[in-house]
Amino acid sequence: MGAGIEIGTAETVVFWILGPIALAGALGMVFARNAVHSALFLVNTMLALGVFYVVQEAPFLGAVQIIVYTGAIMILFLFVLMLVGRDSSDSVVETLRGQRVAATVLGVGFAGLVGAGIARATEGMTVVGLEGVQGGAGGAADGNIEAIARLLFTRYLLAFEVTSALLITAAVGAMVLAHIEREPGSRLTQKERSRARFLTADHPQTLPGPGVYARANSIAAPGRLPDGSPSEASYATGVEPQVVDELPAADHTGGGPDAALGTTRGASS
Amino acid sequence: MDPVPATGLLAVSWLLIALPLAGAAVLLLGGRRTDRWGHLLGIATVTASFVLAVLCTVELAGTSGRSVGVDLFTFISTGRLDVSAGLLVDPLSMTFALLITGVGALIHVYSVGYMAHDPARRRFFAYLNLFVAAMLLLVLGNSFVALYVGWEGVGLASYLLIAFWYTRPAAATAAKKAFIMNRVGDVGLALAIFLMFTQLGTTSYAGVLGSVGLLAGGTVTAIGLLLLLGACGKSGQFPLQAWLPDAMEGPTPVSALIHAATMVTAGVYLIARSAPIFDAAPVAQTVVVVIGAITIMIGAIAGCAYDDIKKVLAWSTVSQIGYMFLAVGLGPIGYAAGIAHLLTHGFFKAGLFLGAGSVMHGMGDQTDMRRFGGLATKMKTTFVTFGLGYLALIGFPFLSGYWTKDAIIEAAFDRGGVSGYLLGGVAVLGAGLTAFYMTRLMLLTFFGKPRWEDGVHPHESPAVMTLPMVVLAVGSVAAGFVLVQLAPLADWLAPVFGEPEEAAAPAIPPLVVSVLVTVVVALGALTAWVFVGRREVPTTAPARVSLPVRAARNALYADRVNEAVFMRPGMWLTRALLWVDDRGVDGVVNGIGTGLGGSSSRLGRAQTGFVRSYALGMLGGAVLVAGALLAVTAG
Amino acid sequence: MTLTNYLVLAAILFTIGAVGVLVRRNAIVVFMCIELMLNSVNLTLVTFARANGSVDGQVIAFFVMVVAAAEVVIGLAIIMSIYRTRRSASVDDANLLKY
Repeated sequence: MGAGIEIGTAETVVFWILGPIALAGALGMVFARNAVHSALFLVNTMLALGVFYVVQEAPFLGAVQIIVYTGAIMILFLFVLMLVGRDSSDSVVETLRGQRVAATVLGVGFAGLVGAGIARATEGMTVVGLEGVQGGAGGAADGNIEAIARLLFTRYLLAFEVTSALLITAAVGAMVLAHIEREPGSRLTQKERSRARFLTADHPQTLPGPGVYARANSIAAPGRLPDGSPSEASYATGVEPQVVDELPAADHTGGGPDAALGTTRGASS
Repeated sequence: MDPVPATGLLAVSWLLIALPLAGAAVLLLGGRRTDRWGHLLGIATVTASFVLAVLCTVELAGTSGRSVGVDLFTFISTGRLDVSAGLLVDPLSMTFALLITGVGALIHVYSVGYMAHDPARRRFFAYLNLFVAAMLLLVLGNSFVALYVGWEGVGLASYLLIAFWYTRPAAATAAKKAFIMNRVGDVGLALAIFLMFTQLGTTSYAGVLGSVGLLAGGTVTAIGLLLLLGACGKSGQFPLQAWLPDAMEGPTPVSALIHAATMVTAGVYLIARSAPIFDAAPVAQTVVVVIGAITIMIGAIAGCAYDDIKKVLAWSTVSQIGYMFLAVGLGPIGYAAGIAHLLTHGFFKAGLFLGAGSVMHGMGDQTDMRRFGGLATKMKTTFVTFGLGYLALIGFPFLSGYWTKDAIIEAAFDRGGVSGYLLGGVAVLGAGLTAFYMTRLMLLTFFGKPRWEDGVHPHESPAVMTLPMVVLAVGSVAAGFVLVQLAPLADWLAPVFGEPEEAAAPAIPPLVVSVLVTVVVALGALTAWVFVGRREVPTTAPARVSLPVRAARNALYADRVNEAVFMRPGMWLTRALLWVDDRGVDGVVNGIGTGLGGSSSRLGRAQTGFVRSYALGMLGGAVLVAGALLAVTAG
Repeated sequence: MTLTNYLVLAAILFTIGAVGVLVRRNAIVVFMCIELMLNSVNLTLVTFARANGSVDGQVIAFFVMVVAAAEVVIGLAIIMSIYRTRRSASVDDANLLKY
């Protein structure tokens, strides 16, 4: 055990820089009106905590914190935010009477009590440090990951396995919750869709692509409809239609392109 | 003198009870199917019981010690309490069994005629059989618990029979009155039995009566007084006498059997059976004689004033049972006399009631004596039998009442001292009053001018009714002589009460007493003739009467006393309790309920459905826990 | 500078998260606040692991992360399905379960 270790100046500096940042991130998360901002503030706090883990001789946990937590879980949060709540900013008005005041008072009281308790309990606490277990700078023992793995696969093996069951259950549960059950047959087949389009729409085929009927090479020239008239839809926004030199309309005696394509519009005109 | 085990015929003496009980069960469960022959079954069971009782008595007379126990089965066996159902066949119980079954059989026969036109005759016979069975259990049981079972059984039968015509409000009310006043007495009897159990651990006659000497004097007195309370309730004695006249609302055979001959004498039986207890408790004994004397006077005075023939007879019953109480309260010299008077009274009073029933039968259910008169020529058999019963009751020389009543009066005088003369004087005065009211009854009913209502045609009752009356009249004439002179009852009962002891020097010679009583009786009868027989009798009772008459008409205000002392405070108490129950208990209960409901609906408001409110509560709880932890560790 | 600083920081972060749960109405933000609370606990675990010279705390923190991941998956799925039916992500709008 020894007499414990001293906390170095570097760590102190890190704490006093990252501690306020973490605190600011937490406060920002609570106070940000926009949920996306809240998420970003939380990421900020979590990154700071990850650094703390590394500083406190838990590099594996710090990595997990940054990769899994800040990376995966918070991205999941953002996904859901984008799906459901992006524009539902909280209104400032508190609907529950006294909720904010009570929450603040209780929060301050709780923090004070727990803080006082911790301060009392840990006063003069000897810091053993983890060199003996996982090896520090000059330690001979295995590293952090090996130490965790040894515990995880021996003493905590059962809990580890149970956790895997928990994760599978959670995955299945999430699928079940998010899944939208549809009536069998309520989904239209492609055949039904195409028949419906031909029966109802006045333009069943695709709109003409640029250049099929073009008589000029300029982007300023409008697209041509099969009958040769310019298509309004082809005018680019923000660009004044200009008169460009065009080829004269071809004289198709043996039937227009419509006839060749077998489309209806040309045949009717 | 423990009872010896039963052998021979006595071993099946339980059939005495079982036969009428089976009859009652068949008639009650059989329903309408038994309507046609139900009354015959009723007569058959009781008659069979009577024959069996006679045979058992003969056999009993032949056994040594004349006390036979019949063990039937274990009734209750728990902890220290061990009540086995069994019978005690001894001279006292068999005497009663003979009276009950004999008179009962006669009255059953009479009822066939009396109830001939009643659609519910089967039910009537079922109840009568039930009564006979219960009464036999009462007298034959070998323990106070068995007696209590029978005691309640006869109370039930009495209630059912008084309210036999339950559609009549008067009958229903009278039945309830009888039942409730009997309950008052029954409480005393039950308490006495409890006391016996706690003090002696047994309730059998042999166990209790044999170990009276072990008890403290106060306990014995308490048991005696509680038993007396039970006896007073059942026998219509002061202060519980008011129910008996009202019980006359029942059919007349019921009045004859239950409220004259048998059930109301159960109190006398109880006291006689508990003789060792009373012998050991002079105070209780004194109370018995005082109650007897008071009741003699109450019954006699009230009997003088009533116009209802059955009620006069009922008051007469009250008064005569007073004589019996007086006798059994006098101690060893009076037991046999009291039982003898009980038996003769059973004969002549049953006969008188049957006669009264016969008169009512002929007069269209009229009971007001002012509407009778001159019936002697119209109903000769009834007149003769009734007259013999009357003479026996008032103590006409050498008839039943003369022998037995004189014996009681002599015993009262023999008590000696001032109390002896006082009691004797009351008894003699009672005899005179008895002569007065019975003579008045005879004159109003059978002599004078007819005062019948229109459309009434008196006629003699059918033979099925007159025959029992004749038999009972014979009994009225001869029973006293037989029981006192020919085959003294005292000798027969000796195994129960001990050998009769000759009074060393009677305070007053028996001859003097007899002459005195006879003279007083003659005076009473003469007075009645002077006041009633010589005059015209108004068909409605005169309203302007002197204070004593008014008091007598109201039965000395016993009902009003009961109302004022018990009923009103009872009602007040009930109302107060009701108020307490409504406002207090219900208030508390409802208040708790309403309070809980209200507070829960208010607390339910906390279930706002807002998750954040709940979370606030959780945080508050966490703060409390943290604070508590800190306080504990810091402290 | 002692390890107590980390612990107090964790306590403050936890409290901020708790207050955030109480005052924010957007369900996703509420979830983020819960994540913050879990992270502060992790910090505490790591700190105590260091103080006691045992890796157990780190392993527990690892488990906390796993459980948090599972919880986030399920919670977000629930929020999705609620949003699909109610067109709202506010926790106050789902208040049918009441007196």
